[in-house]
Amino acid sequence: MRFLRLYMRSPAAVIGLALLAGVLFLAASADLFYPRDPLSLAGRPLAWPFENPRFLLGTDSSGRDIAAQIFHGARISLLIGVVATVVAIVLGIVVGAIAGFYGGWIDDVLMRIAEAFQTVPSFLLLLVLVAVFGSSITTVTLAIGIVSWPAPARLTRAEFLTLRNREFVQACRTLGLRDSAIIFREILPNAMPPLIVYSSVVMALAILMESALAFLNLSDPNVASWGNLIGLGRGVLRTQWYVSAIPGVAILLTVLAVSLVGQGLNDALNPRLKSR
Amino acid sequence: MRILGLALRRLASSLPTLLIILVGLFLLLQLAPGDTVDALVAQMGGGDPAMIEELRRFYGLDAPVAVQLANYLWRLVSFDLGFSATYGKPVVGVILERLPATLLLMVSALSFAFAAGMALGVIAAKRVNQWPDTMISTLGLIFYATPSFWFGLMGIVAFAVRLAWLPAGGFGTIGSGLTGFAHVLDVAQYLVLPTLTLSLGFLAIYLRIMRASMLEVLTLDFVRTARAKGLAEHGVVVRHVLRNALLPMVTLIGLQAGTMLGGSVVVESVFSLPGLGRLAYDSVVQRDLNTLLGIVFVSAVLVIVINFLVDFAYAYLDPRIGAGR
Repeated sequence: MRFLRLYMRSPAAVIGLALLAGVLFLAASADLFYPRDPLSLAGRPLAWPFENPRFLLGTDSSGRDIAAQIFHGARISLLIGVVATVVAIVLGIVVGAIAGFYGGWIDDVLMRIAEAFQTVPSFLLLLVLVAVFGSSITTVTLAIGIVSWPAPARLTRAEFLTLRNREFVQACRTLGLRDSAIIFREILPNAMPPLIVYSSVVMALAILMESALAFLNLSDPNVASWGNLIGLGRGVLRTQWYVSAIPGVAILLTVLAVSLVGQGLNDALNPRLKSR
Repeated sequence: MRILGLALRRLASSLPTLLIILVGLFLLLQLAPGDTVDALVAQMGGGDPAMIEELRRFYGLDAPVAVQLANYLWRLVSFDLGFSATYGKPVVGVILERLPATLLLMVSALSFAFAAGMALGVIAAKRVNQWPDTMISTLGLIFYATPSFWFGLMGIVAFAVRLAWLPAGGFGTIGSGLTGFAHVLDVAQYLVLPTLTLSLGFLAIYLRIMRASMLEVLTLDFVRTARAKGLAEHGVVVRHVLRNALLPMVTLIGLQAGTMLGGSVVVESVFSLPGLGRLAYDSVVQRDLNTLLGIVFVSAVLVIVINFLVDFAYAYLDPRIGAGR
């Protein structure tokens, strides 16, 4: 309760939460309002928004309802964002915890690998993974998770380095706890707050990466992704610019919501920093 | 001299990283369906098994994986990135042709993001928690959340289609035959929108870091001293605070170099610039893995070089770094 009050203190965080609730509503009610396949033909192509009351946001160049694609696209964006973030954070926690807890050569090797991942531009690595493994929604999501793990790993490692010599960890060692129990049951919960905050950054970047990939026609063409729609609208940009404009606003608001909520969580989890 | 030694040591320590990248790329290549010979045979429209076997032997693809890896690394050391089946020439040549456009785009986007981010960050920090700060910070959040390719498309709609102020894409007027300064001016026109598009997200990050860094430095003792000895506010901010607050910004250039290269893939595709990013995209579409991996290798080297240069800039801005060790 105290946490909730701290969170609600910041207007930006409240706006973020409201926006996020809006996107969640779009995703949850997609089947309710638009039960048909959003990628099926709905009417005359390239109708402007509000021109036809049946298509509030108009239709794209293939005669598909843009509003339906926005609703169903919210699902894809959130799904890819959440799953890719979980993959990146879990990978990052495992690698970072092992590196930070054991130190020595294990740390050296793991951090070298993380550095290698960070030296290659992550979007280029994503292109390579998609080129090699194909671009179904599963591989795209996993690939985004795989290119995003080094930063959470470094964060986890830094937390573990400061925590591993604390008294409570030494007490656990004296009690004869196994390493895995110390790492995951004792240290990790203490290292979690910054990781939770950082996962909002990972998620925002994951949503942006997927939309860029979809815009370039390199993501799954069989799902109603906002990026796909922007890519499609590019062909009619000079006259029917709304086809690209509308899904772009949806991406912007979703990423904004995730970032604002992350910032709100950060301020609520570290109330002392707020006064600065 | 000390700085040079330090930077060289950093450079040497990035060699193992490069090795890991290369081995990783090689393993990915092994996982990919089809090899160079398959691509060649497909382009020739088929061939008999004996000839395919002969080609495999010619390219050394019948050797054990470890030997192939050694060959691959050796070829890379001599900067032989293989042969591009789509472009019909060595990958190195294709990449070198495309590198200048990307470097130009990166330098201009970086300069703009750095300068504008610095200026906005300073203004926000000077008016912290007043309306200019709120406005700038909100703008930063929105810029950060904007997909760059979408901003680029909307820029084309507004400035190229509606207002007709700027060209919608390309890299210089085709067949204009301009030379000298007129040519520079012509290309600059084509670079305005791509530069703005690529720099947007970085501008947001720079402005946030600059604001935080300024606020941090403004609380330090030497600032109070500077004020106490009667320096004008302008002198305090520019001569004392700004220079110290710039350090995190410089670090960020190195950290963001890779992200910027990745971003150029999208931006160059939007504005059809003949750069490295566009080449990467084309090679994914055409399944030209040799070229794609060559680009990844060159990008990694570029990132390492940029970080090497950032080390120098850092040592120049903060003399303690060179002398401390």
